[in-house]
Amino acid sequence: MIDALLTPLQYEYMVKAILVSGLIGGVCAFLSCFITLRGWSLMGDALSHAVVPGVAVAYIAGLPFAAGAFLTGLLAALGMGFVKAKTALREDAVIGVVFTSFFALGLVLISLYPSSVDLRTIVLGNILGISDADIWQIAIVSAVTLTVLGLKWRDLLLFCFDPNQARALGLNVRALHFTLLTLLAATAVAALQTVGACLVVAVLVTPGATAYLLTDRFGHMIAIATTMGTGTSLVGAYASYYFDGSTGGCIVTLQTAIFVLAFIFAPKHGLLAARARREAAV
Amino acid sequence: MTVPLSIDVRDVTVTYPNGNVALRDATLQLGPGTICALVGVNGSGKSTLFKTIMGFLRPGKGAVQINGRPVREAQRDNLVAYVPQGEEVDWTFPVSVWDVVMMGRYGYMNFLRIARAEDRRVAAESLARVGMEEFRDRQIGELSGGQRKRVFLARALAQRARVILLDEPFTGVDVQTEAAIIDLLRELRAAGNIMLVSTHNLGSVPEFCDHVALVNRTVLAYGPIDEVFTEENLSRAFGGVLRHFRFDESTIQKHDERAVTLLTDDERPLVFGKGGHLEYSRRQGREKIVEERAEKEDDR
Amino acid sequence: MIETLLEPFEFAFMRNAMLAGAIVGAVCAVLSCYLVLKGWSLMGDAISHAVLPGIVIAYALGAPLALGAFGSGLLCAVLTGYIKANSRVKEDTVMGVVFTGLFAFGLVIFTKIRTDLHLDHILFGNILGIDRSDLIETLLVGGVTLIVVLALRRDLLLFCFDAGHARSIGLRTGLLYYLLLSLLAATVVASLKAVGIILVVAMLVTPGCIGFLLADRFGPMLALASGSAVFSTLSGAYVSFFTDASPAGCIVLIQTLLFAIALVFAPKRGLLAGRFNRAQSTPPQPAG
Repeated sequence: MIDALLTPLQYEYMVKAILVSGLIGGVCAFLSCFITLRGWSLMGDALSHAVVPGVAVAYIAGLPFAAGAFLTGLLAALGMGFVKAKTALREDAVIGVVFTSFFALGLVLISLYPSSVDLRTIVLGNILGISDADIWQIAIVSAVTLTVLGLKWRDLLLFCFDPNQARALGLNVRALHFTLLTLLAATAVAALQTVGACLVVAVLVTPGATAYLLTDRFGHMIAIATTMGTGTSLVGAYASYYFDGSTGGCIVTLQTAIFVLAFIFAPKHGLLAARARREAAV
Repeated sequence: MTVPLSIDVRDVTVTYPNGNVALRDATLQLGPGTICALVGVNGSGKSTLFKTIMGFLRPGKGAVQINGRPVREAQRDNLVAYVPQGEEVDWTFPVSVWDVVMMGRYGYMNFLRIARAEDRRVAAESLARVGMEEFRDRQIGELSGGQRKRVFLARALAQRARVILLDEPFTGVDVQTEAAIIDLLRELRAAGNIMLVSTHNLGSVPEFCDHVALVNRTVLAYGPIDEVFTEENLSRAFGGVLRHFRFDESTIQKHDERAVTLLTDDERPLVFGKGGHLEYSRRQGREKIVEERAEKEDDR
Repeated sequence: MIETLLEPFEFAFMRNAMLAGAIVGAVCAVLSCYLVLKGWSLMGDAISHAVLPGIVIAYALGAPLALGAFGSGLLCAVLTGYIKANSRVKEDTVMGVVFTGLFAFGLVIFTKIRTDLHLDHILFGNILGIDRSDLIETLLVGGVTLIVVLALRRDLLLFCFDAGHARSIGLRTGLLYYLLLSLLAATVVASLKAVGIILVVAMLVTPGCIGFLLADRFGPMLALASGSAVFSTLSGAYVSFFTDASPAGCIVLIQTLLFAIALVFAPKRGLLAGRFNRAQSTPPQPAG
């Protein structure tokens, strides 16, 4: 029995995948607390799709994928900011137009150079086949993200909660905005490898949303989200051994299940607690 | 116009999905030919009461009836109209003034909402009544604050509604439009309709309303202005939120020995001290007068 | 020269692609006008991803794939609404959680059920591979959706513009809400074969934005949106015939190009118009 459960761990590629997934899951979950509070959930989705042409070009040109992806991610964010500032269009519509355009560009590039990139790797992730070079890139991205978050989390929290107050205190709000956007793009790039473009938004949103249901303290929220993100990523990556390599699917399904449990049973903000309060009120 | 109208809110309790109570045991009855102000601080449940009367929120307890029938049925007869706050409307929406007024007629049209001659006539007439005929082909975002409000009033007129709910009708509106809206409301009252006006602007309530309902998590009191709009009731409704000034003399008018009391919530008044008098500061179009007076004061 | 340009039309698959593309473009464009105005642009994103588990389950049960797709797309919208109404999490976050959850679940069961479905075709569509039965299905679903939207276009517009008023004149706003969501789900289903899950979002957002930039009445907005979408799908399919590039990608890029042109040159809302107005005089500010 135990032997059977340990089978996946006998393969080096599985151990690597599990560890890398856990790292990325933790970093994304940390960031997800800021993203959900700032209301940037769809920005995460948008950036994860917008990095695709960068990845394609990087692979075609033989450059580090993270650099290309990061660049197009930021380009997309700037594009959204520009169109939003210049038109009366709603923000969500602008996000939709820009990220789908970038994704389409990526799709066309990949279809023109089918041999250098595998589309499915980008869209669905392929952590089980990750190369050592890619692991290095992810490790660097994670380290930088964690360092920045660790040093500036108070400023970023204030920025997410009340940008005007942050400005009044003399903080550079533009710089904070840009920092958060950059971190988002960077983690989206890292998460692309584990869960793929379609599911990046989940690891950048679900842990934060779950923790938000469970606590009212930001410190606790970060702790819960990070634990949950790391835990589900480790277990999900392990489980994907039995699910034909659908690592992203396993991780995100687990996360969603935990979110649903929190939604129903959370002590203060859960469905059952609210129902009890409602009945007590009438 | 033969049926006497009524709004009957009885023991209504509304809870939000998260279990918080917005309104508890609220009761409010209004008869035909009434302009009733709905007064209370932000978060007092004013808009919840509005939404419940409109049937947007379902009370956990109690019931709302219009003309002795459930809201839903009254709405099917186009009895109820709603004039939204300016902030609730997306002014970039690609519709013209005419399109908006026509929306007031949808309840009378067939399944495909194809306008008949009658609908066009009523819409044109309603637009004329608020003095907006010449703007009929403008996109709504190209109008001024006062004009925007008039368009939505015209929609309520086109709907031929007998119960009209107006949410903060005077915010962002010029003095002429304010006067025009008040005139229109009086005409509608004379025709036997019920108007329920949610407002912050305490000072203007006695100017155009005959009834008032004070809201603070419930309806504290309702009835004719002279009986209900009293210092004591207002203090109850507003608690410590209200600004409260007392003046022992005034130069506006010679008055009998009684003191003048000023009650206000967020419409902050400009008050001139000794030998001066009282003036609203936030009424648009009157800033000049206030300024001139202030200058005179300085010169003295 | 002319022969080369006309060559694509000699192939049946190309004619099928053009026909399917035109109907998909039109129905998506009409829906997109409502979505853009209602602020639901990303609801299209959510529903399109959420159809995956429905397709897989329908396949496993031997039910029509379109039915499964429609069901799980709608489930996503309903769940999003329910969780949002009953928790303190923001709507966009809830949407992100729900649709990715469903998509992930779809992926997991896809790997467990041996299918001859092509995941690539579900994700990216395959407009040049549309056969007769696909074409009939697309035309049927797309056509019915288009007819329903156009018949109810005034009610839907009122619902998007001022749900309060819609309700006060006795319209069933709850019904309209679910109707619009169902139409959206049906549109996604109709577009799957042609453009796939991921890029249907573009079809559901960009045309509406183009129409919004160019027109300030709803009728013209609809016409311009549909026109630009149909043009993009036809020319996208045409271009990809010659270049071998991904057809869905080409379609969306052409749409983006049209959007960029509208953004710059739109008579009232374009960048140049804004600049011109500012230079000429102060624009008519809505005054008190």
